[in-house]
Amino acid sequence: MKRGRGRLVLRKVLGSLLTLVFVLVFNFVLFRIVETDPVASLFRGRNIPAERLEELRAEFGLDQPLGTQFVFYMRETFQLNLGISYQSRQPVWDEIRSRIPATLALVGSSAVFSALIGTIGGVIAAWRRNTWKDHSITSGTMLFYSMPDFWLGMILLVAFAVVLGWFPVGGIVDLGSTAGGLELLLDQLHHMFLPALTLTLAYLGEYTLVTRSSLLDVMGEDYLTVARAKGLRDVMVRNRHAVPNALLPVVTLLAINFGFILSGAIAVEAVFSWPGLGKATADAIRGPDLPMLQGLFLLFSSAVIFFNLIADLAYSWLDPRVETA
Amino acid sequence: MSLAMQRRRATAARVGKQFRDSRSGMIGLGILAVFVVMALAAPLLADANQLNPVFARNAGNPQWATPGEFGPLGTDHIRRSVWAQFVWGSRVSLFVGLAATVLTILIGSVIGIVSGFFGRRTDAVLMRLTEWFLVIPFLPLAIVLASVLGRSVWNIIFVIGITSWPSTARLVRAQVLTVKQRLFVDRAKSLGAGGPHIVARHILPNVSGLILANATLAVPVSILTETTLAFLGLGDPASASWGKTLEEAFANGAMIRNAWWYFVPAGLGILAVVLAFTLVGRTLEEIANPRLGGDR
Repeated sequence: MKRGRGRLVLRKVLGSLLTLVFVLVFNFVLFRIVETDPVASLFRGRNIPAERLEELRAEFGLDQPLGTQFVFYMRETFQLNLGISYQSRQPVWDEIRSRIPATLALVGSSAVFSALIGTIGGVIAAWRRNTWKDHSITSGTMLFYSMPDFWLGMILLVAFAVVLGWFPVGGIVDLGSTAGGLELLLDQLHHMFLPALTLTLAYLGEYTLVTRSSLLDVMGEDYLTVARAKGLRDVMVRNRHAVPNALLPVVTLLAINFGFILSGAIAVEAVFSWPGLGKATADAIRGPDLPMLQGLFLLFSSAVIFFNLIADLAYSWLDPRVETA
Repeated sequence: MSLAMQRRRATAARVGKQFRDSRSGMIGLGILAVFVVMALAAPLLADANQLNPVFARNAGNPQWATPGEFGPLGTDHIRRSVWAQFVWGSRVSLFVGLAATVLTILIGSVIGIVSGFFGRRTDAVLMRLTEWFLVIPFLPLAIVLASVLGRSVWNIIFVIGITSWPSTARLVRAQVLTVKQRLFVDRAKSLGAGGPHIVARHILPNVSGLILANATLAVPVSILTETTLAFLGLGDPASASWGKTLEEAFANGAMIRNAWWYFVPAGLGILAVVLAFTLVGRTLEEIANPRLGGDR
């Protein structure tokens, strides 16, 4: 048994590494197709002598054959040397790194809230299926599921920030604010409320539907009849016996969604001018700032690959039946 | 009439009856009918000249007019009629959504059928590719491809098609694998039927219901993706979809002005169409796969 598990882990890890190599090759090929001369793009509109451009091309390794360039690219990538942003002229990795915390805070908290509320909604809907509660929960989630998330954000922004004035219209802190400590934190939370509400509502549906259908699957099981037969109250049957067995797909969904956290809010961040990775992506598109897009794509893909691996391993650990697969 | 024809007619009649019995399916179909008629009858409903800022200025349209001042949906920052944008935008959004779905289903079905039918090494290679596309975050990939390819309707369709086929491929492959085990495939083989014949006459008819349901459920994804890409500035500048309307409204300060008439209709249009396709798709799915049951 032990050996089987070790081999399973090894196979999954190797699979993930292979996928990552695919991403790197794809990234290299795609951006080499469009961008034949990054040096010229980087210094577009600046008066730089031709000799200096040649020097820079040699520095970037652009005078080398494609194979050598690929090796060069791989080596640089693993040292997190992702090139220079056309827009800010700063190293891409520095630009990206400084924006990770804002995105983690926003999308992380939305993911937790949506999973929590969505799961509870799904449990209520399944337990009371075909009642008015079920119908209103299911149609409500369908509604939020069917609208573009950024449009929901626009509506909430106009309603609560522009018309009612309860929340700021964008950004992460009040302009010109010099507050620190607790006051700064409160200001940031105030700014985060609307985008977080938007994402929570947008992500809810998935959890509700998955929980509902998973719970419906176990509701016919004999052990629930047994639990009822020994006189347990309805709530206890639900919380102690039905829900724990129905939660497995929800846990997997959560783990997989964590991978999408970093890339999850591109348009919503743009609507609320939230200075995270999503806003960075939206800004890079306008350029187009290709080195920035390339770096962001690499980061987003790596996050998904990593969390997929975690989800796979967690699944085989939580559900022993998977091990034989 | 041949026996096969009779059977096919009977199946079609049964599916039609089951569909008509589903309330949510019929509601979806009704909403869809409204929007399809609107897209087809666009020239009758709104003057296309109203999409042109020069024409709008010469016509004396007011700027940022509310629906009360300029019916039925007001005007935008360059005096164009929002109603005209809504009506003509439905064409682009529906066309891109449907065309991208056709491409998605085509790629997904071919890969799924080839993979499931031939098995062995072909299957292993194709499934590895499918898995890779499944793992790569879909929207960033679409963004990167669209940025690289340039902004046109056909590029958007291509980008959506090339990024969203994997789940269809997996589904079709699984179905092909079960159909392949059935007795009638062995029977056809022993009668000397070749691969293409078996795929066309035995495998395809048995997976087509599933493909249709899957296609209907793929349209919402295509439409939402087009909307997001257009909102991020990757849409075709020449043909305005609902997503493009939202982008322009956002970029030109409609929100700060509380010019709700500019961005609410386009969003509601997307919401209605996406909801309609989802309702129809789920009904078809229940019919194609009765094990799902009416409870979900």
